[in-house]
Amino acid sequence: MSKTEAFTGADAASEAMRQINPDVVAAYPITPQTPIVMKFSQFVADGEVDTEMIRVESEHSAMSACVGASAAGARAMTATASAGLALMWEILGVASGSRLPIVMNVVNRALSAPINIHCDHSDSMGARDISWIQIYSENAQEVYENTILAIKLAEHPDVHLPVMVCQDGFITSHGIQNVKIFDDNKIREFLGERKPIKALLNVKDPVTMGPLQLQDYYFETKKQQDIAMQNAKKTYLEVGKALSGITGNTYDFVEAYNLDDAEVVVVTLNSTAGTVKSVVDKMKSTGKKVGLLKIKLFRPFPYEKVAQLLENKRAVAILDRSESFGADAPIYGELKNALYNANNKPKLQSYIFGLGGRDIYEEDIESVFNDLISNNIDPNKRYIGVRE
Amino acid sequence: MTEKKGWKEIPLGGMICEAGSSSKFKTGDWKSFRPIWNKEKCTQCMMCVVYCPEDCIPRKDDKRLETDLSVCKGCGICKEICPVKCIEMKEEGASDE
Amino acid sequence: MIEIRIHGRGGQGAKTAANFLAMAALEQGKFVQSFPEYGPERAGAPMKAYTRISEEIINTYAPVVNPDFVLVIDPTFIGTIDVADGLKEKGILIVNTKETPDEVKKKTGFDGEVHCVDASGISIAATGINKPNVPMLGALIKVTNIVSVESIEHLIKKKFLEKLGEQKTQATIDAIQRAHDEVK
Repeated sequence: MSKTEAFTGADAASEAMRQINPDVVAAYPITPQTPIVMKFSQFVADGEVDTEMIRVESEHSAMSACVGASAAGARAMTATASAGLALMWEILGVASGSRLPIVMNVVNRALSAPINIHCDHSDSMGARDISWIQIYSENAQEVYENTILAIKLAEHPDVHLPVMVCQDGFITSHGIQNVKIFDDNKIREFLGERKPIKALLNVKDPVTMGPLQLQDYYFETKKQQDIAMQNAKKTYLEVGKALSGITGNTYDFVEAYNLDDAEVVVVTLNSTAGTVKSVVDKMKSTGKKVGLLKIKLFRPFPYEKVAQLLENKRAVAILDRSESFGADAPIYGELKNALYNANNKPKLQSYIFGLGGRDIYEEDIESVFNDLISNNIDPNKRYIGVRE
Repeated sequence: MTEKKGWKEIPLGGMICEAGSSSKFKTGDWKSFRPIWNKEKCTQCMMCVVYCPEDCIPRKDDKRLETDLSVCKGCGICKEICPVKCIEMKEEGASDE
Repeated sequence: MIEIRIHGRGGQGAKTAANFLAMAALEQGKFVQSFPEYGPERAGAPMKAYTRISEEIINTYAPVVNPDFVLVIDPTFIGTIDVADGLKEKGILIVNTKETPDEVKKKTGFDGEVHCVDASGISIAATGINKPNVPMLGALIKVTNIVSVESIEHLIKKKFLEKLGEQKTQATIDAIQRAHDEVK
């Protein structure tokens, strides 16, 4: 049983949270995340969930409260964006280093300065190496399903790591779309209760979390953390398969769109992947061999899968909505790594687009495809729509 | 010293799964000064017991006993706080007399 | 796919109108999208909201460049901003104004199909306040048949009955019906 609602991406996230019914939510408002927690607070006030809602004075405190709650054995969630995520930074590492399965919706927004409230991926891409699993969502439907999947993935005994579920600020978070919502009971049955491996509130089995580790043990703990991150790939597929039983949708590391026939490919993530699909449909109808590879799971990064899908392609353009100043852009860098050992390497072209919410038009993407088709490729970063 | 464990054996995220395990960790060999307590001069006010950061001054029947030197780090706070000056700090190796 | 652009001022309900249109279409089994153009949002500043309605899944998130229909909620835009910008040649322009379509054509330079309705007057008569956004949907429906009047009415009842009470909700529905009947 399911019903289709006219939901924004923010609605979709809060609806998933309602179904998840977390033990604790600690959050601080920030544009464009605010509507997620605003709507969820209404669920708390209306008694639709049993959640302990903690209104904190900053995002640093929000994540700290989640760390405490999760260590105590609770299912803890939060949501943030941009500067909020930046302020959490210190505690992001505490959450992942302590192996706490916190799930957080991130509504992607540019970082200051200059101050800007609109979409780009500087916030979550800046946190890509802090040992949080990162799942990116093309639309509100994916936000809803990814948030549910994230809980099961985070809490899996082989993983036990926090997860960020990302969506584009305003474009996804504030735009209304069709969202199919599945039965409450089925989702709750799928998730079950959190069964913590160890919990601070379990006085029968007392433990110390977050103690000092110096030269003697810190290194081993970090190695263990990387193994957990690698395990997350397998678990992601398993959990996805189980969720598929309810939703009928598939949860792979990536989505390949018209890729088999394609000679040239655009790689991107979040809402722009949708716009690329629309361009692929148009160009395909005029006989162009174009395709899309959408990255869904960015951390851990699916190197093998990406290499397998892209080797033998003629040319690939990577569209990043964030900068890595003085270095390769985040997605581009990973693609280059993934293809290093490929037998038949495609030519790669890096594009930066949409910083600070700058619009990306279908004709921009069409022109990227045309660059690839006409072999107009060079080693430099290119910028879509930047004035000289 | 026991053999250190590898990453496969240690608990998740640096957890310590044994309660009160810090009592096994003897910090007494850190000290370069040790407290000498003059029992006769002592008024049993308990200030040193309360202020000791290591909680290494045992107490029995409302009376303090000798400092547990296997834990005492020699910080000298007990000497500073004592209102009747009945604790002295002596360099390790010097005679107690 | 049908693309609609709505011009209004911050606070006039252009976003609400765009959302209602999408929700009504969704209830009729369509795929929809609606979103405002977010700038530095201020009450009174000119802004735009968009709705996409399609029989098939809507993938694109690009801005609407060439709308099929344009709705102008604030009459002061006519002749001051280019409300027909990008409007398809066979597109339709619907304006809240006491003026005639010919006068609007002259002022906007748009030579295609233009319709006018005094949605502000209708709103004030029906509800006592100037809220032309929802009545404008009545005019849009009459001209384009994009969703049914019933679906909008149903939605208004669902959204407002509890909040506004029966009398005010009915007044809103009457205004939609009047704008539907009176659009020229």
